[in-house]
Amino acid sequence: MDLAFSQEYETFRTQVREFLKTHGDSSPPPFARGKTDEDGKLWQQLLIENGYAARTIPKNYGGYGAKPDILKSHIIAEEFAKAGVRTGHSGDNRLVPTVLELGTEEQKQWLIPPTVRGEMTWCQGYSEPGSGSDLASLTTKAVVDGDDFVINGQKIWTSGAQYADMIFCLVRTEPDAPKHQGISYLIFSMDTPGIDVRPLVTMTGEATFNEVFFTDVRVPKHQIIGRRGEGWFVANNTLKHEREGLGDPNQAENRFREIVTLMQNETVDGTRLIDNPAYRDRLLRLQGQMLSMKFNGMRVLTSQIKNEEAGIPRWIIKLNGCELNHQMASMAIDAMGEVGVLYEEGSHLRDDGRWQQRFMMDLGLIIGGGTAQIQKNMISERALGLPKEPKYEKVSN
Amino acid sequence: MDFALTEEQRMLQQSIEGFLETNCPLDAVRIAASSGTTRVTEIMSGLSELGVPGIIIPEEYGGVELGFLEAALISEALGAVAAPVPFVATSVMAPLAILKGGNDAQKEKYLPQLASGDMSMGVGVTEQIGRRDSEGIQADGNKLSGRAMFVLDGMDADAYVVANTHGALYIVETPNVSKTPLKTIDKTRAVVELEFDGTEAELLPGSADNKEILLNIIDCGRVMLAADTLGASQTMLDKALAYVQERRQFNRVIGSFQAVKHMCAEMTAELEPCRSFVWYSAHALRAIPDESRLMACHAKSHLAEVGRFVSRKATECHGGMGFTDLLGLHYWFKRIGFNRQLLGSPELIREEAARIQGWI
Repeated sequence: MDLAFSQEYETFRTQVREFLKTHGDSSPPPFARGKTDEDGKLWQQLLIENGYAARTIPKNYGGYGAKPDILKSHIIAEEFAKAGVRTGHSGDNRLVPTVLELGTEEQKQWLIPPTVRGEMTWCQGYSEPGSGSDLASLTTKAVVDGDDFVINGQKIWTSGAQYADMIFCLVRTEPDAPKHQGISYLIFSMDTPGIDVRPLVTMTGEATFNEVFFTDVRVPKHQIIGRRGEGWFVANNTLKHEREGLGDPNQAENRFREIVTLMQNETVDGTRLIDNPAYRDRLLRLQGQMLSMKFNGMRVLTSQIKNEEAGIPRWIIKLNGCELNHQMASMAIDAMGEVGVLYEEGSHLRDDGRWQQRFMMDLGLIIGGGTAQIQKNMISERALGLPKEPKYEKVSN
Repeated sequence: MDFALTEEQRMLQQSIEGFLETNCPLDAVRIAASSGTTRVTEIMSGLSELGVPGIIIPEEYGGVELGFLEAALISEALGAVAAPVPFVATSVMAPLAILKGGNDAQKEKYLPQLASGDMSMGVGVTEQIGRRDSEGIQADGNKLSGRAMFVLDGMDADAYVVANTHGALYIVETPNVSKTPLKTIDKTRAVVELEFDGTEAELLPGSADNKEILLNIIDCGRVMLAADTLGASQTMLDKALAYVQERRQFNRVIGSFQAVKHMCAEMTAELEPCRSFVWYSAHALRAIPDESRLMACHAKSHLAEVGRFVSRKATECHGGMGFTDLLGLHYWFKRIGFNRQLLGSPELIREEAARIQGWI
């Protein structure tokens, strides 16, 4: 047990802090929605030059070209989170690692540099109306016609499809193969004729997701990552990168601090919220949960540094992290009481109304990226070795 | 940056666990509990050979002088088998009190005997944490009067460390004091009530004007109880996992039903981060003084909550059998319940955590 960072890393942390002190104020607001704006591109450029975005992506693909160092990446994430400064988007954090690992040289040259610069943005075409948790049952099909695949079908829950330049998409190319072996991973432009995007308004009042319809969409045969029928394997590679982002302990700690500040400043009947013992006890229980996930994250990080399998501590991050965020948002709303229902705009809004927005969004995240129930199946089957559910159906084409 | 156990710590853990697996099976727990023994001699002497009683005592006094993290690993291992032996008070809190507050003569008199396991000490500090009306010890010179409740490891102790109402610590030798055992749900541990009536005691002089020593031993005791709950909860979860893969209903093992699987996943998701929490809080006791008290509070109260959840769900996984004496699951269930209340129940401790952070 040694929680100190060696001199090399302390120096690195100091560099990151100095950078944030100098440039942090000029960063565009975090979580800018939709297409990367010009400010965002400039910011991304600056981050890449300094090694704070696209850090480990090779220079010839537009990255900074550092050799992978988990601890340095961790320090960057931690310091940016503490400073509340927008991080680099490292291109698309799901697609780029997948292409780097499994793409051809041509595909890397074509896709990675513009993605890293923020000039090529992506959406993910996985879920379908009939294939959510049972993703491998997907039925959007692609048949070969000359030099092209011709795609017909429908995707849903496609985040950012209304803004994206490109899509990485799972389609069924081998209808007679077992369901996991009949899928391919295609990439194509969202401007391709035959694509119809319809925004799907969610309970937050915003359209973060879309339905995407494909009618005779023609995609050249070489726009495939991995081989035909290997798409499930390729996609699992992508999902691995996505799930780790959901349940970030830095974010949970930041949000916890925001609630403490809120409860210290807000008064009801002349009493600070934090002086109400019922609210306070809830707050402290959440702090215990937040800390447990923080230390769990340190344990996972240590395994990653040593190149060891993190095992159970890693399997539980998505389930616990999303639940914790949702519980924190509900705590903030309950502490505010009536003021907690104010939304969208108005002079009485607290923290821009973001707690209600998070309360709903975090529920969405409990469902998205593998529902909490699917997470529990995975923990019990893959991490604990309990038997799988008996299977009854065969895939219908 | 290395948030993991060292090779030496893992070896210590394995040797203690290995010894207890052979020497403290459920039958031994059952026999001890039914005969009211909370200091099983054979187990104690084996643990002494492994250096357990001297875990935090310096080598010059015959101990092995390892850290609180090592002590927490031992506490976890004892909780895992519901070991009917004293540890938290006699091997951590009492020696720490003497080390920090005792004079040379006291250290030389008590520490070697504690380190060898020849002597056992109880610790009575509960009046400092949610005091009842009937409790409280007054000191008049070296004479104590009043009552201490829930004195940990108190049954077979040769001497006691007790706090007076001002937080000064005293050693009282057993023949001088009137002792009443308290029957609790947990038959694997001994707590007693001590009554003092002008009883001869010896002040630990360093604690006379320094309440910090008392607070410090409470911090350590809390982390040790949290570790005990971690071990006991992990055992209950492991037993549940084994049972649901063996028990069949509707022509399937019950562990293939999602309702059961999800209980197992939830227990795992709650309990696994607790291991990191115990490591961190134990490490912080010495290495991160700014955080150590807060982390001890949170580790204790968080483990109490998770322990309650796991002990309940693991029992449910066993169906009706879980409720029987025959299966013996209840020893862990009760041990977790005992740990929850001793040295501060979760709600009281969370209030303390709020004060430490200056929120109230």
